[in-house]
Formats: sequence, C-alpha cells, structure tokens
Amino acid sequence: MKQFVRIFALLIITSSFNSFAIEVYEFKNDEQRELYQDLTKELRCLVCQNQNLADSDADLARDLKDQVAEFVINNQDKDTILAYMIQRYGDFVTYNPPLNASTFFLWFSPFLVLLIGAVILVINIRKKHNE
Amino acid sequence: MKKILIAFIPLSVLLGLLLLLFLNMGYHNETIPSPLIGKPAPAFSLPTLYGDETLSNADFMGEPWLLNVFGSWCPNCLYEHPVVSQLAASGDVKVVGLNWKDEFEDADNWLTRLGNPYHHIMVDYVGKTAIDFGVYGAPETFLINAEGIIVHKIVGELTPENVANEIRPRLEQMQ
Repeated sequence: MKQFVRIFALLIITSSFNSFAIEVYEFKNDEQRELYQDLTKELRCLVCQNQNLADSDADLARDLKDQVAEFVINNQDKDTILAYMIQRYGDFVTYNPPLNASTFFLWFSPFLVLLIGAVILVINIRKKHNE
Repeated sequence: MKKILIAFIPLSVLLGLLLLLFLNMGYHNETIPSPLIGKPAPAFSLPTLYGDETLSNADFMGEPWLLNVFGSWCPNCLYEHPVVSQLAASGDVKVVGLNWKDEFEDADNWLTRLGNPYHHIMVDYVGKTAIDFGVYGAPETFLINAEGIIVHKIVGELTPENVANEIRPRLEQMQ
C-alpha cells in the first residue's frame, strides 16, 4: 500500500511537470500568442507526420516550436516564419500547401470529381426528358 | 439488368479505392524530399566533439564530403555504423559526423565502444544547425561537393546498396 501511494504521488508530481511545460514562452502580447498558436497548428511535425507541431511532443517538434516562438517574440511576421520552415523542410511542412506544379492535382482533383458528377447528372436528366 | 449494373458502381468504386490504397501501402514512405538539394549548404559554425576547434563551411571547401547526422540515442545509427566505417575507411570521401541532440559522455562512450569512423565530428546539441539543414530524424546523410553545394541527401540509414547506387556514382561524377 505504501508503495502504491508513493507511485501515485510520483505520478501526480510528474504529470504536473508536464502541464508546466506547455506555456513556457513569454510573449509580449496576445497577438503574438495567437500567431504562435496559429503557426504551430499549421506546421506539420516532421517526425510524426500526421500531427501538427502544437500537438506533437517529439524532440524535433519542441526545437521547431522554440524556433517559432523565438521568431514570434522578435516580431517576425507569419509569412517570413512559414518561408523559413518551407526553405528547410519543403512544402510538406505546412498543412496549407501552396499551389504549384507538384500540388496542382491535390488542389484541383476535387473539381475533377465534381465535373464527373455534373456530367453524369446532365446525362441522366437528358435521359429522363427523352423518356 | 441495367439497374443491377448501376447498383454495382459504388461497390466497384469501393473496390478500386481499396486496391489503390493496398498498392500504395508498399510504396508508402515518410521520406520528405529536401528542398536544399542543388543549393549551397546552410552556413554553420560548430564546435567539434573532441578538441577545441570550431568548424564552418569554409573548412570543407575544395573536396566532396559527407555530413552524417548521428546520435548515440539513435538505433539506426548503430545499424549503419559498419557501413559508415567502411565508407570512411575506403578513403574515397571525407566523412564528417554531426552529433545531434546528444550528450558528450554518451557520444564518447558510443564512439569508444563502436569505433570512431569520422574524420571530424561536429556537435549540435541545441539543434539549430540541424533545423537549417532540414534534418528531421537520425541518421541522415548529406553529400556536399567541393563547392559546398548539397548534391544528395539520404534519409535513414546508409546501406551497402544506397552507398553503391546513390553515393558512389555521384562521387565518381565529381571527379
């Protein structure tokens, strides 16, 4: 029982460490905090690739968050920070990929599907009319 | 009859999608193409693991070299260690280690235990230079030419195959 209490106490202590680690940056104002949160949601964690930076606790994600926070505190704007990341990790690092030759299909394939649907619809309507 | 065929359309779309996903499973990898290929290596100035030197881009100009990102904490670095050692011992290319997010004692123990294959070892325990190079895991290896341009990058461990197929042909081209 004593052992159990000890382990339980340890768990409580370590879990509170964790929650301490969340807000470590001292932003100058709310806009900076918002920009930081915005950016870490939009940037992908390269280690666990289906997570954004904000959700990830990977070592590299922490480094990247530190870097983003440093830029934000130094009044860099959003585009500059995104460009910094894309320059190093490519378009893949952002969840909001830019429109270019390699992402063309990604952006326009939904319209292709829509077009196919429209064609089927028109054919069907015409058929119904003719009947 | 026709109605039955139409009813099968959704099913065939589903099967088609499943097939597509299944085929893609084999090809799926998490390698991110580096935007730095063909561009000058990012500027760095790093202390060495042993001795009091500081090395920067200028120190490596004039001959091709490999930058191998490793850490004592990284299991695949252990796995690729014999390949790195063999490549470095062949004398065909200068192999430089970047000891990333490590601690001196751990790195030193690791290298003592396995042998130190590197011509130089630079240290980046904060991780800034690694971010500049777009490193997102270890091991990663960059092939940089005599003019300081990044020619190729291998994400994951070096193997006899990728050394023979990706590194050596590019080295030969440079000569």
